[in-house]
Amino acid sequence: MNTAGYMRRFGVTGRGLVVVLPYLWLLLFFVVPFVIVLKISFSDIDLAIPPYKPLLEWVGKNSLAIKLDFNNYAFLFTDRLYINAFLNSIKVAFISTVLCILIGYPMAYGIARAKPATRNLLLLLVILPFWTSLLLRVYAWIGLLKANGVINNVLIWLGVIQDPLTMLYTPFAMYIGIVYSYLPFFILPLYANLEKMDWQLLEAAEDLGCKPWQAFYKITLPLSRNGMLAGSMLVFIPAVGEFVIPALLGGPNALMIGRVLWDEFFSNRAWPVASAVAILLLILLVPFMMWYQSVQARESAGAR
Amino acid sequence: MTTSGGALVKAAPWNDPNARPYVQVDRITKSFGEFKAVDDVSLKIYKGEIFCLLGASGCGKTTLLRMLGGFETPSSGKIFIDGEDMTGVPPYERPVNMMFQSYALFPHMNVEQNVAFGLKQDGVAKSEIQDRVATMLGLVKLGDFAKRKPHQLSGGQRQRVALARSLVKRPKLLLLDEPLGALDKKLREHTQFELISLQDKLGVTFVVVTHDQEEAMTLASRIGVMNQGEIVQAGTPSEIYEFPSSKFVADFVGSVNMFEGKLIEDEPEYVRIGSDELGATIYVSHGISAPPEATVWAAVRPEKIFMSTAAPEGTDNVVRGAVQDIAYLGDLSIYLVKLPTGKVVRVTQPNTSRHAEAITWDQQVYLSWDATSPVVVTR
Ligand SMILES: Nc1ncnc2c1ncn2[C@@H]1O[C@H](COP(=O)(O)OP(=O)(O)OP(=O)(O)O)[C@@H](O)[C@H]1O
Ligand SMILES: [Mg+2]
Repeated sequence: MNTAGYMRRFGVTGRGLVVVLPYLWLLLFFVVPFVIVLKISFSDIDLAIPPYKPLLEWVGKNSLAIKLDFNNYAFLFTDRLYINAFLNSIKVAFISTVLCILIGYPMAYGIARAKPATRNLLLLLVILPFWTSLLLRVYAWIGLLKANGVINNVLIWLGVIQDPLTMLYTPFAMYIGIVYSYLPFFILPLYANLEKMDWQLLEAAEDLGCKPWQAFYKITLPLSRNGMLAGSMLVFIPAVGEFVIPALLGGPNALMIGRVLWDEFFSNRAWPVASAVAILLLILLVPFMMWYQSVQARESAGAR
Repeated sequence: MTTSGGALVKAAPWNDPNARPYVQVDRITKSFGEFKAVDDVSLKIYKGEIFCLLGASGCGKTTLLRMLGGFETPSSGKIFIDGEDMTGVPPYERPVNMMFQSYALFPHMNVEQNVAFGLKQDGVAKSEIQDRVATMLGLVKLGDFAKRKPHQLSGGQRQRVALARSLVKRPKLLLLDEPLGALDKKLREHTQFELISLQDKLGVTFVVVTHDQEEAMTLASRIGVMNQGEIVQAGTPSEIYEFPSSKFVADFVGSVNMFEGKLIEDEPEYVRIGSDELGATIYVSHGISAPPEATVWAAVRPEKIFMSTAAPEGTDNVVRGAVQDIAYLGDLSIYLVKLPTGKVVRVTQPNTSRHAEAITWDQQVYLSWDATSPVVVTR
């Protein structure tokens, strides 16, 4: 028997491999790290390397004791810091999502209605920022927003203002950073949805007495709902846990959960508490992810 | 073939020079780049007409209709509806409803909501909307499908929803783009008569696009035959059928035998045409206007040709040939008769008796027709 024959005998086929690979990937890069974090979140803090105590301990000769410490979770609810950080993260993510909708919808709509040649160019422009690293682009915003940065200099030169505006290290700068970075994630799924739209429906609506804005509100908007939801989730979910942008643009007062996580982990070396924060964040986001999944499934099923 | 016009516009206003047209299309041209989809079209359509635009695929029917609906801006020319210049008037302000060739049903609304959409938009009272939608759905036989979404319907059912949606608003002018194409024969005929009776009841003016000449014949008060962006002839179905003005129209509407020839006698009361293609002379009992020696075509409809085994009298309008093929269609039979010149002539004969002394394959027959039957066209 050759190798292929052996493999088949043990139930390994080409198709099987294709199915198994993604699961293997998930297991290796999601499930295993998740279990580790989960484990740490139930451990006691310790002055050691790594800085926590093991969960399992041999007591006596033949018995293995599991010690689960729920204090890490309880602690999160006693200190207002964590709850505030969670709430603030959700608020920031929510406002950013709304801003992305307000800015991104007209853009996606414009691209979808453009002539095919222009459309590709516009899409390219949307994707272009991905060709440089996020960090570089955020630093570029610092250059634009700081006291003697480009924007202030131009405004002073134009005589619009006398003294430089304080923009950097404010919520304003943070929102600019987040919206700027996540806008393509909103535009692309919405565009994919709008691009499938039959524009003759708008003609039919106008024929039946709708003014253009009414036709938009009654036809385009409901038909693009799934694209809008998908795009919103792609902004909202990562924005809740965003760390880099608030840290670089938002200044010291931007209390976000990603920031708290970082501080607990690296400054306080409180790995168990940090892990608990991470797990709680995940639990918080799971409903949104599931919603996103169902929207995606509906969208690809074609039923609206 | 039915040749009786469907919509009965009693007074024939198109013959009255003082009648005011409801729709007036005045030298409309629509170009897409270099290409003229509609080329210098002028039309007058009167109140209560069912005007059919008939033409082959791509000849510009939809484009013309879309300009009437306001979805396409003419490159030049003007459209008047009820005497008002429609230039710059958006679709939602025109007294017009359109049924789109692709139906354009709203996928997120069910059948009922689709049909009610226009009424809701006009702020019609809820109870009245319900009544009118229900009546309309009954008319197009979709009462049981009111709660379905468009993607749960068959093509023909979708077409009927689109029809209902455009009819329910009772507009003054209804534009229908291939309204019955996806329906089976029975339902199509039924709906055709429904359209005609609706038109009688509501006094709506219809412009109907079709490429089905039989449908045009059944529905239309008048037909506008289109070819490559131009209206080549407009007239009542019988005018179009009996007096086509060109080879194209004669050929496009119904089937026809076309004999090319030259005028050999040209008198005010009659003409005689010598046709090498036919191998005989054609005598036509009316005068025509054509330069002498011009090439003309005599068009003879298949049902106007007599076929016999015995030689008829006279020498004009008579040829001999051999039956090459027979197609039995039930109510009538089609014979293809090959002349000695090689030309094949199409003849239809009604099957009046069940055991007719049958003419069969390869039999020698005489073909003849009345002097009033041929139509002579010069282009
Ligand atoms: N937006 C457009 N841009 C360029 N060419 C067009 C456009 N719309 C229509 N045409 C062209 O104009 C011509 C007429 O099109 P139209 O849709 O009016 O045809 P039609 O008579 O309705 O045909 P069918 O019976 O197939 O529906 C076609 O050759 C078509 O390719
Ligand atoms: Mg068409």
